[in-house]
Amino acid sequence: MLTILFDGIAYGMLLFVISCGLAVTLGLMNFVNLAHGAFAMLGGYCAYVLVNLYGVPFFASLPVAFMFAAMIGLLAERTLYVHFYNRSHLEQVLFTIGLVFMTSAAVDYFLGSQQRFINLPSYLQGRFDFFGIGIGKYRLLIILVCALILIVLQLILGYTRFGSRLRAAVDDQRVARGLGINVNWVFALTFAVGCGLAGLGGALGAEILSLEPHFPLKFMIYFLIVVSVGGTSSITGPFLASILLGIGDVAGKYYAPRYGGFVIYTIMIVVLVLRPQGLFARGTSK
Amino acid sequence: MLRRSFLAALAATALAAGATPAAAQETVKIGLIIPLTGPFTTTGKQLEAAAKLYMEQNGTTVAGKKIELIVRDDAGRAENTARIAGELIQNDKVSFLAGFGLTPLAMATAPIATNSKVPMVVMMAGTSIITERSPYIVRTSFTLGQSAVIIADWAAQNKIKKVVTLVTDYAPGHDAEKSFVDQFKSKGGEIVESLRVPIQNPDFAPFLQRVIDAKPDALYVFTPSGVGAILMKQFVERGLDKSGIRLIGPGDITDDDVLPGFGDAAVGVVTAHNYSTDHPSAKNKEYVAAFRKANAGMRPNFASVGGYDGIHLIYEALKKTGGKTDGDALLAAMKGLKWESPRGPISIDPETRDIVQTIYIRRVEKKNGELYNVEFASFPDVKDPVKAAKK
Amino acid sequence: MSSLDTAKDASNVMTRKRSWHWLEYAFWLAAAASVFLLPSQHALLTQIAIWSLFALSLDLLLGYAGIVSLGHAAYFGFGAYVAALFAINFTGEPVTGLLVAGVAAGLLGLVTSLLVLRGTDLTRLMVTLGIALVMYEIANQMSWLTGGADGLTGMPVNPVLGFFPIYFRQANSYAYVLVVLFVLFVVAKRIVHSPFGYSLRAIKGNPLRASSIGIPNNPRLIAVYTIAAAYAGIAGALLAQTTPVVSLTYIDFQRSADVLLMLIIGGTGYLYGGIIGSALFLVAQKFIGNITPQYWEFWIGFALVVIALFARDRGLFSIVERIAAWRKRGAKP
Repeated sequence: MLTILFDGIAYGMLLFVISCGLAVTLGLMNFVNLAHGAFAMLGGYCAYVLVNLYGVPFFASLPVAFMFAAMIGLLAERTLYVHFYNRSHLEQVLFTIGLVFMTSAAVDYFLGSQQRFINLPSYLQGRFDFFGIGIGKYRLLIILVCALILIVLQLILGYTRFGSRLRAAVDDQRVARGLGINVNWVFALTFAVGCGLAGLGGALGAEILSLEPHFPLKFMIYFLIVVSVGGTSSITGPFLASILLGIGDVAGKYYAPRYGGFVIYTIMIVVLVLRPQGLFARGTSK
Repeated sequence: MLRRSFLAALAATALAAGATPAAAQETVKIGLIIPLTGPFTTTGKQLEAAAKLYMEQNGTTVAGKKIELIVRDDAGRAENTARIAGELIQNDKVSFLAGFGLTPLAMATAPIATNSKVPMVVMMAGTSIITERSPYIVRTSFTLGQSAVIIADWAAQNKIKKVVTLVTDYAPGHDAEKSFVDQFKSKGGEIVESLRVPIQNPDFAPFLQRVIDAKPDALYVFTPSGVGAILMKQFVERGLDKSGIRLIGPGDITDDDVLPGFGDAAVGVVTAHNYSTDHPSAKNKEYVAAFRKANAGMRPNFASVGGYDGIHLIYEALKKTGGKTDGDALLAAMKGLKWESPRGPISIDPETRDIVQTIYIRRVEKKNGELYNVEFASFPDVKDPVKAAKK
Repeated sequence: MSSLDTAKDASNVMTRKRSWHWLEYAFWLAAAASVFLLPSQHALLTQIAIWSLFALSLDLLLGYAGIVSLGHAAYFGFGAYVAALFAINFTGEPVTGLLVAGVAAGLLGLVTSLLVLRGTDLTRLMVTLGIALVMYEIANQMSWLTGGADGLTGMPVNPVLGFFPIYFRQANSYAYVLVVLFVLFVVAKRIVHSPFGYSLRAIKGNPLRASSIGIPNNPRLIAVYTIAAAYAGIAGALLAQTTPVVSLTYIDFQRSADVLLMLIIGGTGYLYGGIIGSALFLVAQKFIGNITPQYWEFWIGFALVVIALFARDRGLFSIVERIAAWRKRGAKP
C-alpha cells in the first residue's frame, strides 16, 4: 500500500518537473506551447548521447541536459516564439505543433526511431526495504531531485529580485515596463528555465517513460492535464495536481487494472467541469 | 485562385499519370506500404531496410524483368493503407503489395487485393485471421499464436506451475493472452491472475506490484514491441527477478532492435519466437553482417526477416511463372514454397498461405558486451495454431 | 471590436450578403469536374472531401461559436463505428447509415456538450480532449463489439438509395462523398447565415453582452455543439463506408489534432477554411511523402511554422491574401 503511494509520488514528481515550465508559459505568459514536450525530449536525448555514446557519468549529464534544453529554449524564444506572444491561441497551436513535427522527424533522422534508455549506474538500480515499504532507488532519486527543484523554484519566485520582476511582468506587463523592467528578457529567461527543467525532467524520466521521437506528442496530454487541473496561477497548483495525478494513476491501475486507462482522464474531466480554472486556482483570473 | 492551383495540380497529375504506363512493360513493381512515421516507425524501417538489402544482394532482374520497389508511408492509419494500395495498383500498376505493419492495415487492404487479384505479402501483422480475408494474401512474418502456444508448452515442460499473465489491453494482447492461457491450462498449469495494461501506459509499477502480491512461478508478458523494455526494467527494479519469478513471453518483448538498450535487467528472460539476431547459422551471420553494414549498425529484428523473406518469396514466385504477373499464377507459385531463411527453414503452407517455421526458445544473455536472445531449444515446423485448431 | 462585428453581421443579414460569390460557384464546379477529369486521384480526393466535412464541422464550433476542441474525433469515430455496426446488423444502404450515424453522434454531442459550456479555451481544450480519450478507451475495451485494435471489418456497402453502387467503384464513391459534402455545406451555410448563426457569433464575440441582449447562450451553444457532432459523425460514417475497416485510429488523438491543424491552416469562420486546409494538408502529405516517406513530417512541420509566422503578413501565399480580401468584402467572422 505504502509502496503504491511512494511510486505514485515519484511518478507525479516527474510529471511536475517536466510540466512546470509549461505552467509558466501557459499560465503566466498565456502562451499555448504544445512543443513543450519537445524540449523534454531534447534534454533526454542529450543525456542519452552523453551517457551511452560518450561514457559521461550519469549525474554529470543531468546539468548538461538542463543547459542544453535551456539554451535551445532561449534560442527558440528569441528567434521564433517572440513573434507569437500577441497572436491568437490558434496560431500558437499551429506554430508549436509544427515545431513538434520538426523535432520528432529530426531526432528520428539523427538518432533513429528505436526506443532509447539511458544507462544507469548500478548503484541507482534495484530497491531496498524501509520498514516494509519497498523503495526503488531510482524513484527515490527522482523524488529528491524534484523536491529540491520545487524548493529552489519557490525561493526564486518568492524571494529574489528576478522573482518579483517576473510576478510584476505577469500581473501587468505595461506597468512593469513602465517601471523599467525589461519584460522581454524576464520572459525569455523564464522560458529558458522552463525548457531547461523540461530537459532535466526528460533526462530523469527516460528510465521510466523511455525516449523515442514521438515523446512530445505521446506525453503532451499528460503535461496539459497537469497544467489544466493544477490551474496556472502558481507553482504549487501544478505541483499538487502532479502528485494527485501520479497517485491517482498508479493507485487506479493497482486496484482496478481493467479501468486504469480511464482514471486519469475521468479525474480531469470532473475537476475541470466543477472548477474550470483548475483545482488550485485562486479565484478567477483573466 | 482556387481554380488556378487546381489546374496546376491537374496538370501535374496528368503528367505523372502519362509517364507511368510506358515504363510498365519491362518492369515489375512491388508496392511496399509500411508505417514510416507515427508510433510504429521502427517496424517500418526494419521492413524497408531488409527489403532493400535483399534486392541489393540478389540483383533487380528476375526472369528477365526489372524489379522496382516503391516505398510508401501509411503512418499506421488504415484508411491511408487502403488508399495507397488502391493508388499503387491503379496508377503505378504494381504487381505486388507488400508490407503491412499492423493488423487493421492488412485487413483494410485485403478486399482490394481480392478485387484486383494482386498478391499481397504480409510482412509483419500477426493476427491469425488476416490470411483468411483474401485468397491473395500470403504471410511471411509469424502469427501471434505460434510464439504464445510454444512458450506455454515450454513452461509446462519446465516446472512452471503457476503463472500470472500481463498483456497490453488491445486485440493482439487479448489473442496472446488467450492462446497462452488455453494451451497452458490444457497442459495442467494454473493461471493465478490475468492482468491487462492500458495501451497508454507509461508506468508498469502498479501492475508489477500486483504480480509480487500474487507470487507466481512465472510472469507471462505480451506488449507491443518496444513497451517491453520499460516493463523489464521495472521488473528488475522491484526485485521480481530475485524473488524467483521468471519472466517469459513471446519474443516481441525482447525485440532485437531495442534489446541492447535494456541493460542487464533483461538477462535471463525466456521467450519464444521465430527469429533471433543471434541465430547460429551461416546464412544468418552473413545476413546480420550485411544488414548492420547497410544500416549504420542497426540490428535486424523479427520484423526484418519478414521483409527479407517476403521479397524472396516474390522473386521465387516470379521465377516460377517466368516473369508473368498474373495474380492467380503467382499465388499458385507461392503456395508450398520452401527455403532457408536467416531465421532457419521456413515454408508457405499451401492450404492456409500462412507461414510454417521453427519457433525457438531463447534466453537473453550477454555476449561480447551486448545482449542477445540466445536460442537453446527449438520446436520445428510450427503452423498457425489458431487455424490448426479450427480443423 | 466584437460589438462592431455584431453590428456588421446584423447589417449583412439585412443586405442578404449570404448570396454566393462567383469564386464559390467556380470552386464547386471544379470539384464536380474532378469526378470526371482526375480519375487517378479519386482515392485522395475522396479522403480530402471527408476530411473537409470533418473540418467543416469543427469550423461550426470554432469559427462561429468560438469553442476550441481537441477531441472532435470522438464524434467522428463514434459515427464511424455506429455506421459500421448498423450496416452489419441492419442494412448496408449508405444514406440510411449516414443518417443513423449523424443522429447517434448528435446525441452524444448533446450529452457531452454540457461539459464544455464553461471555462476558458484551455479548459475546453482539455475537456474535449478528455472526452475523446475516454471514447478511445471505451472503443478499445469493447473489442468484442468494435474489434479493438484489430479493427472492425465486414461492413456491407450496398448501392446508395438502392441504385448507385459505390463499393469498389472509385468514381461513384467519390461522387457520393462529394454530394454529401455539398449538401451539408449548403445546410451549414444556411445555418451560419440564419439569426441562429449570428447569435452564435455574438456569443463568441462577447458572451456577457450577448446574454444581456436576450440571447440564451447555453441553449445556443448546446445546439451548435450537437450539430457539429452530428456533422462529424456523418464524416466518420463516410470514411467507414469508403474504407474496408474501421479502426481505433478513427477516434485517436492524432485525428483530433490533425483536423484542428487543417482548419487553422485554411482559416476559420468562412466555411471554406476546412476544405482548403484539408486539401493542402493531404496533398502536401502525399507528395512530400512520396519523395521522402520517412521524413515528410519534418517538411510539414516546417510549412506549419512558416505559415504561422507569415500568415499575419498575408505575404506568403496569394491564397491567404485573396481569401483575406474576399473575407473583408464577404462574410466577416
